[in-house]
Amino acid sequence: MLSKLKLHGGAELLFDGVKNHHVTLPGQSDPWDMKQLLAWIRGNMLKERPELFMQGDTVRPGILVLINDADWELMGELEYQLQDQDNVVFISTLHGG
Amino acid sequence: MCQVEEDYNGLECKQEKIPVPTLNRKCMKCKEGTAVLIIRVNDSFCRSCFKEYFIHKFRAMLGKNRVIFLQEKGLSREAPKKLRFVPGIIYIDDGGACGRSAEERQRSNALLKSIFTETGFTYFIVSLEQVFSLPTSVLVPGTSDPDPSNPSYKQAVDQYIKEKQTLTEENVASAVAQLSIEDSAYSPEHKLALERLFSSMKTLTAKEDMLQTLRSHLILHIARENGYSKVMMGDSCSRLAVKLLSNIALGRGAALASDTGFSDPRYGDVVIVRPMRDYSSKEIAFYSRMFNVPSVFISGLDTQTHDKTSIQRLTESFVTNLQSDFPSTVSTIYRTSEKLHTVMPPQSQTAEPASKCLLCLCTLDTKVDKASAFHATLVSEQLSQIKLQDPSLDAPAQSAEQCCTEGQGCGPGGCCSSNR
Repeated sequence: MLSKLKLHGGAELLFDGVKNHHVTLPGQSDPWDMKQLLAWIRGNMLKERPELFMQGDTVRPGILVLINDADWELMGELEYQLQDQDNVVFISTLHGG
Repeated sequence: MCQVEEDYNGLECKQEKIPVPTLNRKCMKCKEGTAVLIIRVNDSFCRSCFKEYFIHKFRAMLGKNRVIFLQEKGLSREAPKKLRFVPGIIYIDDGGACGRSAEERQRSNALLKSIFTETGFTYFIVSLEQVFSLPTSVLVPGTSDPDPSNPSYKQAVDQYIKEKQTLTEENVASAVAQLSIEDSAYSPEHKLALERLFSSMKTLTAKEDMLQTLRSHLILHIARENGYSKVMMGDSCSRLAVKLLSNIALGRGAALASDTGFSDPRYGDVVIVRPMRDYSSKEIAFYSRMFNVPSVFISGLDTQTHDKTSIQRLTESFVTNLQSDFPSTVSTIYRTSEKLHTVMPPQSQTAEPASKCLLCLCTLDTKVDKASAFHATLVSEQLSQIKLQDPSLDAPAQSAEQCCTEGQGCGPGGCCSSNR
């Protein structure tokens, strides 16, 4: 399943400074949800300082998540099930990255 | 209020979030469009209603505070009230204090320059190093308008309208183009001086504080030099809540009203205003994203630092984390700060003007009697610098003794002195 990830506001610093990522998530029987996506990002993409991106199962407070240009709070946050070609954007609003 | 023993029918008292079905919500304003954003606890907006809300809030903020002049009479009744002022943009390149390389700075300056040129406004890109070439008059507040409640507001607007009518479009464009400066050149001495200044400070807290002070002086100078009477800062509600609490921790409680209020009159001739203080970081980030406001990310002093590296950073972490469980945190802090007002001392020709702090240009609050926070700070400082000399000294010296168990005396800095 293909997904486009974008990082802004300083969040890109944790991903080698690269803002745009096209990722192919490994196939699985159940659909991917955001919780799994975040875990996958932590395991496969985060180059350093995971605590600056995630806190527990979810993103660190202060990092906004948009799915297809809409607030993820309107789509169920961690429970949202990803669809093929979905756009996910992470924007950091914090001073400390 | 929340008592552990009482049964609230299963409702969790810990969190304020009310679980409401949020999938495919409609915009709460037009009731038609699908909501794309949710702010505060339950306010969902569709794209166009959000844009309207955002812009309206800005105008309302300026109109309510009557500090910036709005054109009062439109050309026709249908034309919306337009904001009539000519803005300039200022960017301070503080890479020298943050440890960025010359290439990095040039790169981001170039990006910013292209963004600024697109806007068509006058812009100033200034390096922080230039603060060393400022005249000392920067540290003296200018004379302010003797009558703040401005009957001249109306006159000023009328006069402005007259002036505006004499400028043609071509004139304005070329005049503006000539005014823009990109003055990022700085001498090696200044560069060294800045680096030395910042490396002499032991804590990140002190560095961040100094950076703010130097930036303010530079902004003030540029504003004065170029005839600007107002400077708009971009502090959001979220950032101001953090600033409020950090400043209290830093001992700036007396200046809270001017540090975080809508208008900051401490400089006299130049007024600092904060029109974004009603917007949360989320609203601003979403607006920028949705409506393609170009932005450049620039690392600062505390980027990617651990939570506990400075007071400001710790406060930001504290407030942001609290906000996620209790979504009214930031707005409560903000509402509290709105209740603080700057007290304008009565202007009198004969009385001497109150002395001002050299660094922040706020009125000094140090001529107070012994029963004050200031005095307590002084005593605390003295105690922590006491040298280990006379064993017959009482308790304060003993605690100094305990940490000097190595047998070495406290040096001039004192091993127990607080460097904060």
